[in-house]
Amino acid sequence: MKWLSDDKLDHLRSVVSEPDFSGTKYSLVKELGRGGMGAVYLAEDRELDRLVAIKVLDTPEITEDLRNRMVREAQIIARLEHPGIVPVHDVGALPDSRIFYAMKYVRGSRLDEYAAQGASLRDRLRKFQAVCDAVAFAHAHGVIHRDLKPQNIMIGAFGEVLVLDWGVAKIRDTPGESVGTVVGTQNYMSPEQARGEIDQLDERSDVYSLGAVLSFLLKDQPKVSKAAQAICLKAMASAKESRYWSAAELSADTGRLLDVEPVSAYRESAVERVSRWVAKNRFLVLLVLAYLLMRILLIFTSRS
Amino acid sequence: MTDPDTDIGGPAHRFPVTNHSAIVNARSDDQVVRRRAFDTILASYWKPAYKYIRLKWHADNEDAKDLTQGFFASAFEKNYFATYDARKASFQTFLRTCLDGFVANERKAGRRLKRGGDMDHYQLDFAAAEDELASHASSSLSPEDYFHREWVRWMFTLAVETFRRQCEESGRGLHFQLFERYDLSDDDRQVSYASLAREFGIEPTTVNNYLAAARRDFRRIVLEKLREITATDDEFRTEARSLLGITPQ
Repeated sequence: MKWLSDDKLDHLRSVVSEPDFSGTKYSLVKELGRGGMGAVYLAEDRELDRLVAIKVLDTPEITEDLRNRMVREAQIIARLEHPGIVPVHDVGALPDSRIFYAMKYVRGSRLDEYAAQGASLRDRLRKFQAVCDAVAFAHAHGVIHRDLKPQNIMIGAFGEVLVLDWGVAKIRDTPGESVGTVVGTQNYMSPEQARGEIDQLDERSDVYSLGAVLSFLLKDQPKVSKAAQAICLKAMASAKESRYWSAAELSADTGRLLDVEPVSAYRESAVERVSRWVAKNRFLVLLVLAYLLMRILLIFTSRS
Repeated sequence: MTDPDTDIGGPAHRFPVTNHSAIVNARSDDQVVRRRAFDTILASYWKPAYKYIRLKWHADNEDAKDLTQGFFASAFEKNYFATYDARKASFQTFLRTCLDGFVANERKAGRRLKRGGDMDHYQLDFAAAEDELASHASSSLSPEDYFHREWVRWMFTLAVETFRRQCEESGRGLHFQLFERYDLSDDDRQVSYASLAREFGIEPTTVNNYLAAARRDFRRIVLEKLREITATDDEFRTEARSLLGITPQ
């Protein structure tokens, strides 16, 4: 038997893991990234002559039931038409039975890269609100993402926000998933998700992950208000019942934070209320102060 | 920057028993089934075990041969592998731990196992293993990582041989020849689909199709081999990730 060198061994390992797109309309261009659940490849759609991103799930063997369910769920996800949700073009199985999803190829930066480029707190909050809105739309259609994290959110070339990787999304109230299967990413998954309580997962599990994303966006910011911290804490509450009831509610609170209005997650003191009012109406306050100053000056000059 | 990976599986994951698993069949009451399962385990692990004993236990080649033979004979006789619990560790780790225990006990007792006697004796190509050690001895890996690396190498070597045999038996020799030239050749010159098409007198599209089919079959064989020597779906998935170059969580 021929001895396999380390280089040859590594090559064979890549050969084995490289997807075989024969029998599909796609041609492999290159690998874009790899994670615990599979790899994402850049591929060319030969029929439509365009580039697509294809996620190949790392499931060495897949049953017919599981395959059918994944295809069914992908069809539902493919119908989610929202500017903040990356469109799924196609779903199928490779000749070796691995499932793949073809998605729009998004050019831009991931949310973590975007944050590392020094985005301001306001810009971060605006992007975060857009993420909440996209997730809220999916929730309204019964789809739970289950793997929200900065690496699954892209900021496009024109500043648009796109939530990616709906490959492990779950259609609410559909039976069939093996009980106890943990899907998600440590640090971003809710406690019930980490415990594998699949039947307990609902929109609030995504709300927890959104809270973790917000926490990530706030962590290196010098001035984070107590209201912003409270939004994070409420979204990431251990008990589901204590979290926001929906991503839409979380989005609304983030919007209020951006508009310097009181947020539902935080009860202000009288002093904080006044200082917030002053911060929000700074121009008006300055105008009034300037007017008063002029009046005082006028009084003094008329007396003298 | 290291990305946090999406994980699948976890503490509450169920462990369904896999089919065709030699590890599961090693517990069988049927002596024939158990023997066949044991032979599969032996074929998959003897070489990494031999090299590991040479490296970690600084055994000379004769001593390592006897210890390897003795370990597997004892494992079958005392049914070591039936005690494996997939919830505690991978089978590979379990086997290595058993091997360490066996060698340590033999050393402590001051015994030197001798081939022959009433001990089972297996036909294993130690000379080839020794040649590989002589040609490629240097390794900066820890003994445990070295064992894993050699096991992966041996798995792929066995898969290549199985693929070669299947191609020969099914009259698909050209599939293997193309795979051998493109994916296994040590020839430093750049081999392209076009150059292979010229070399074999076929169209480049045929090279493309044959190579895609060959790689697909090779992948299937690697995974079949892996399934044979893992006990649960979870272990199979983890080892598949490891074999395919993805770090298990």
